[in-house]
Amino acid sequence: MSEGPVVEVSGARVQFAGDVALDAVDFRLFAGEVHSLMGENGAGKSTLIRAITGVLRLDAGTILIDGQPADLTSPAAAQRAGISTVYQEIDLLPNLSVAENVLLGREPRRWGRIDWKGMRSMAGEALARLGVDIDPASTLSTHRLATQQLVAIARALTADVKVLVLDEPTSSLDQDEVAELFRVIRSLKEQGVAILFVSHFLEQVYEICDRITVLRNGRLVGEYMTTDLLRIELVQKMLGREVVDLDLLASRTVPDAMSTESEPIVSATGISRRGVLPPTSVEIFEGELLGLAGLLGSGRTEIARLLSGVDSIDGGVLRVDGTATHLHSPRDAMLRGIAYSSENRKIEGIIGELTVRENITLALQAQRGWFRRMSRARQDELSASWIEALEIRPSDPEKLAGRLSGGNQQKVMLARLLALAPRLLVLDEPTRGIDVGSKVEIQKLVTDLVESGMSVIFISAELEEVLRVAHRVLVLRDRRVIINADADSLSLDSLLAAVTKADA
Amino acid sequence: MTRIFKHRLIWPIAALVALIVLNSISRPSFLSITITRGQLYGSLIDILRDSAPLMLVALGMALVIATRGIDLSVGAQMAISGSVALTIIADSKTPNSLGTVVVAILAGVAITLVFGLWNGFLVAVVGIQPIIATLVLMLAGRGIALLITGGFITTITSTPYAVLSQGHVLGFPVAFLVSAIAIAIVTVLVRRTALGVLTEAVGINPSASRLAGVRSRGIVWSLYGLSGLLAGMAGILYSSNIMAADANNAGINIELDAILAVVLGGTSLAGGKFTLAGTVIGVFIIQTLTSTITFLGVPPAVTPVFKAVVVIIVCLSQSQRMRGWISGLRPPKRLVVTTPNETPIATNRTTA
Repeated sequence: MSEGPVVEVSGARVQFAGDVALDAVDFRLFAGEVHSLMGENGAGKSTLIRAITGVLRLDAGTILIDGQPADLTSPAAAQRAGISTVYQEIDLLPNLSVAENVLLGREPRRWGRIDWKGMRSMAGEALARLGVDIDPASTLSTHRLATQQLVAIARALTADVKVLVLDEPTSSLDQDEVAELFRVIRSLKEQGVAILFVSHFLEQVYEICDRITVLRNGRLVGEYMTTDLLRIELVQKMLGREVVDLDLLASRTVPDAMSTESEPIVSATGISRRGVLPPTSVEIFEGELLGLAGLLGSGRTEIARLLSGVDSIDGGVLRVDGTATHLHSPRDAMLRGIAYSSENRKIEGIIGELTVRENITLALQAQRGWFRRMSRARQDELSASWIEALEIRPSDPEKLAGRLSGGNQQKVMLARLLALAPRLLVLDEPTRGIDVGSKVEIQKLVTDLVESGMSVIFISAELEEVLRVAHRVLVLRDRRVIINADADSLSLDSLLAAVTKADA
Repeated sequence: MTRIFKHRLIWPIAALVALIVLNSISRPSFLSITITRGQLYGSLIDILRDSAPLMLVALGMALVIATRGIDLSVGAQMAISGSVALTIIADSKTPNSLGTVVVAILAGVAITLVFGLWNGFLVAVVGIQPIIATLVLMLAGRGIALLITGGFITTITSTPYAVLSQGHVLGFPVAFLVSAIAIAIVTVLVRRTALGVLTEAVGINPSASRLAGVRSRGIVWSLYGLSGLLAGMAGILYSSNIMAADANNAGINIELDAILAVVLGGTSLAGGKFTLAGTVIGVFIIQTLTSTITFLGVPPAVTPVFKAVVVIIVCLSQSQRMRGWISGLRPPKRLVVTTPNETPIATNRTTA
């Protein structure tokens, strides 16, 4: 580790149609270390990885490999430079043999034909190097997921590898399998490979990593030695403490009617979904702003999706206005006054090639059915009033929604749902990845809505934000509700501790 | 000027105009239209008349493609509706009565509506990939048609039925008027109701549409039904033209021409945004091309090659990347001047 870094990124900037995904980020990776990249959704982790692995190009900044400017114009170029990647979703071919998977595209040849025997022995050696003893001729899909993961690593290692990028390699592995993977990672580290390990499991990061780089909202927070950084500090750095105007707090009034006598508008008793959420109970009252706090993968999104019919429930009872109901689809939920806004704006929110007007009127039109078309005048009126109310910019209703900035897209999604006049609005990370100004506007809007009698479930990775807007907070960890308390009785530190699991 | 060039239909229209110019240069009579006994005649009128079956099929195809689907069974459905209609007329004691013919047409179209809904069921409810779901009927349909005709080519003589392909009303060929009415009805159906925009929403982003409460199942299902219905009407026109139900040749390969017409018109096979006007122009391009080939005396054996070359040129002219390369050859200054308001679109970037 006496020499310079194997990979050195400086001043990296990446922009997607107006949204800055990465801004002025520096990053170093040394030979023989395991380095973790940490951050919540939208922090810029995957963008940085994509830049290093040649999937996308930087708009500004440089990447040096071994001190030399590198030509990372394509994944193939990155591989030639010694950078190999194992992606989150294992990108192997399940119906081919293990050997074929390991050597795909680099098959040994003899007289122009594939040398099958040589291929099997080469693959066998590559696997043996990782301590994996399986028959290279067997079909890949017959093996466990963890073994397949190791095959993917063996595949990444058959090239001359200096840097190995592991993107969420453990998300579908059980404990023993993770231990097996870590054994391999340690041995690679001893062989001098630089390993970039991305995972949202804090325990694993602390177990395997030497150094941590934290990103937030596309910016670098800092680079730390794992041993110098307490878990609670790490979480704090990931989630951030942004100073936003606090007059919001002053205007907050907790409705009195929210006592135990009044009937909750939605109450879930032991609702669950196999492999997604263990039995969980939640209640929400009229005019209440319920905040859900927890890290990525804590179950915050899973609860929201079950409550709003996006995913259906396997067990437990969901009551709307005291009547047991089964929500088969988001449409079902909407007809009962429950509207859900996804955390995934691009895939589950905005319809990019339709105009702002068409996006805003979509849900209302869908409810009326295709035959009862809203007149163009009504559409113009509706979209104009929402554009004004939410200050959507640019204010042109005929602009394609996909061309708007993230914050404005979020407002368009909100307008679409608000046009339905829902009684319960479920907002999954409505402020993620948008600029601070829009963020405050959306927080204000949500508090106003609640004051006018609407109920809102507000999910955010930013604990401070949850504390600031919510009346009551549910804290989730490992898919379980661990705290259900009034926001006033919680402090940022107690919330942080709960989310992180005390401290180890 | 800039706005004209940015209009999405400019390239299909340019291609059609170019074809017409090419034809009128090589045979000056191409553009002439004569009136004989109150009826219009001429090459252009022939093109309007002959394009009718393809027009009907392509309209349905455009909507199905907008849902991210495809309907390969339209040719086979044409064979089925023709067989049903002609079998009814042939078995009737009064083949020349208008009533018989109307019943025959309605029966032919009704049965393909049912088959179209079957396709829609497979795609929207069972969840089979559209190309496979409709392939089933594409392969089985002609067999069904042969079953209906008992394995023969049923021929008929029925004056009212022949009017569909040979008659004129208000000077125009009846077949053309049928296709014009279909264009009008389909346009009203998708643009005067919310069917069009909901279809586009489902085609562009199915999961976002679901979360917005759009019932995509019903939409997709009924559009396959509509495609079947239109193909059925096309089959009626085709069988009226030859006064025979030829199960093996009716509408052969028409699914490919229809897909081509939709794409030439500027609708993406990826689904989402569709244009009916573009599809109509696409149909005229293909029909004019067919007529050109016949006139130029291109040997039938090499016709596909000729057609392919023209299609490649039109498709390339629509490709963003190709246009980028071509405009890259021009001095960059002029580009800035001609498109001052153009915002660059990131086309090749994947988003994080």
